[in-house]
Amino acid sequence: MTTTLLSGRRSARWIMKILSTLGTVAVTFLGLLIVTFLIGRVVPVDPVLSVVGDRATQAQYDAAYHALGLDKPLIEQFWIWLVNVFHGDLGTSNLTTRPIAEDIARVFPATLELATVSIILGTAIGIPLGVWAAVRQGKLVDQIVRVVGLVGYSAPVFWLGLMGLLLFYFKMGLISGPGRIDLSYEYDFTPVTGLFLIDTAMQGAWGAFANVFSHIILPASLLGYLSLAYISRMTRSFMLNELGQEYITTARVKGVPEWRIIWGQALRNAAVPLVTVVALSYASLLEGSVLTETVFAWPGLGQYLTNSLQNADMNAVLGGTLVIGAIFVGLNMLSDLLYTLLDARTRNRK
Amino acid sequence: MSMTREWLLSDAPLSRRQAKLGQAYRTWLGFRTNGLAMFGLLIVVVLVLLALFAPWLAPHDPLTGDLNTTRLLPPLTEGYWLGTDDQGRDILSRLIYGSRITLAVVALVAILATPLGLLIGTTAGYFGGWVDTVLMRFTDIVLAFPKLILALAFVAALGPGIENAIIAIAITAWPPYARLARAETLTIRNSDFIAATKLQGASSARIIWKHIVPLCMSSIIVRVTLDMAGIILTAAGLGFLGLGAQPPQPEWGAMIAGGRNFLIDYWWVATMPGIAIFVVSLGFNLLGDGLRDVLDPKGQK
Repeated sequence: MTTTLLSGRRSARWIMKILSTLGTVAVTFLGLLIVTFLIGRVVPVDPVLSVVGDRATQAQYDAAYHALGLDKPLIEQFWIWLVNVFHGDLGTSNLTTRPIAEDIARVFPATLELATVSIILGTAIGIPLGVWAAVRQGKLVDQIVRVVGLVGYSAPVFWLGLMGLLLFYFKMGLISGPGRIDLSYEYDFTPVTGLFLIDTAMQGAWGAFANVFSHIILPASLLGYLSLAYISRMTRSFMLNELGQEYITTARVKGVPEWRIIWGQALRNAAVPLVTVVALSYASLLEGSVLTETVFAWPGLGQYLTNSLQNADMNAVLGGTLVIGAIFVGLNMLSDLLYTLLDARTRNRK
Repeated sequence: MSMTREWLLSDAPLSRRQAKLGQAYRTWLGFRTNGLAMFGLLIVVVLVLLALFAPWLAPHDPLTGDLNTTRLLPPLTEGYWLGTDDQGRDILSRLIYGSRITLAVVALVAILATPLGLLIGTTAGYFGGWVDTVLMRFTDIVLAFPKLILALAFVAALGPGIENAIIAIAITAWPPYARLARAETLTIRNSDFIAATKLQGASSARIIWKHIVPLCMSSIIVRVTLDMAGIILTAAGLGFLGLGAQPPQPEWGAMIAGGRNFLIDYWWVATMPGIAIFVVSLGFNLLGDGLRDVLDPKGQK
């Protein structure tokens, strides 16, 4: 009786939490939409002139002004834009003359692939490194992790990229240069998922796979390094926190082997906040891709955004901003929710 | 000297000024023992000195070079120790003048974003209720945006240039300060001394600015210092994309972009400004870490 009541209350609290998170997501998305829309309105470029040209008569100008809906009140313009966005219509790019949503869907897999390989590298190396540093606190490993973190926080990513290209591509020839794949391999397989590593592997095009790999390894290591700097530092502090708890002392007294205490018990508890950290670094990798993709001529969302910027293609810039912003906000909120779901303390708190 | 020291460390200060100076001196004594933090401070001090005395320190003109004789000279050439770029300009001189831009960016962003964050955070924390809900919801929304992307979109809208880059960075930089200021305000707003001030008839504005803000300052200073490196990197990134400082301004990020085209044969043109950015960001990070240790021990991660 009591237990059902309790669990009922518990799930009610859960539903409240999820509802409030969804509410926050909705408000944040609305904020993102408003900001993006307003940025589009303050542009000093006259959108009418770019349609009719500067030799149009006043009548032509007025007609285009009307056709673009610019004579309507701002709030109505926003509503029209909002309806379009929710129908997946982000407008047409002046640069590629294609619908922006289509453009973004085409370039997105490249960014996704790069960010995913990077986060795998960053997590797989960052977490053990952080654990190791926490266990040997103040020792050499700890100092190394600290320096790795400081360098990661202080070095400009685009410059590291250029230096990496100079060293490993131009001077040593160890890897392939800018771009995602060499032209000669491009027709060895058909893009299905758009993630070239998976596509080539599934179709057994191993030559192409090797080529794709030698292209992705440097930018992915670089972005992976940035997330490693953050992940290892956070892992270290979470682990230090756990290792100071009483249950660890109890386990030691009971004679549980040290490796099991560290990798089994402490890390399992530290894993809860770590999920949030990894999700946040994944989101920031999408952002970091803008500069990295420019350096490596990586045909993803970041490069699309900078290309549009440099060609004053405002619709495309706003579309790209909106998409990256939405993913970023979504991942932020998801990590928030995951934390509530995984943390036993937030679950049982009365 | 020892007299001054005794006066500063006195347990029974005779005036407010003595107590304040004594507090600052004790902080400095704690800070001084941290070697890395002192190194960070040294870097920042050198940056400020370079910016102040750039015209006397720079051996050559940063904006014009000799296209016939000094084009793309390698480093360690006599008189051009870091080499020259494709326009024949001395890279060392450009870096020295560029320190002015870097410092201006950092200072202006701090001047714009810190008061804004303080105002919003302390107001939300002090009044509570719906004021708090509205202001913090707004803060969380801005905080949830990707900073660099937002700054990019702003600069794209406002037009490229260093002024707009600074505004864009400041607009994205204030939310963490607001949250921090709110948290600090919440811990002190129910203190007796605030109640006493209120009973003496002080207005809310006076209580916030005279009594709450000063107590928030140390954690805000730590946070702003730690953010400086990120601000420098963002500004350099905008410059690299051609959206920040415009040529021929010797902005470090833009200099890297300029050197990118001859990376293979003339590596130093893009390498030197990157080292400068790295060293200065590192300086601010070390300084921030050190300040956190002495000013905000509970804020340690």
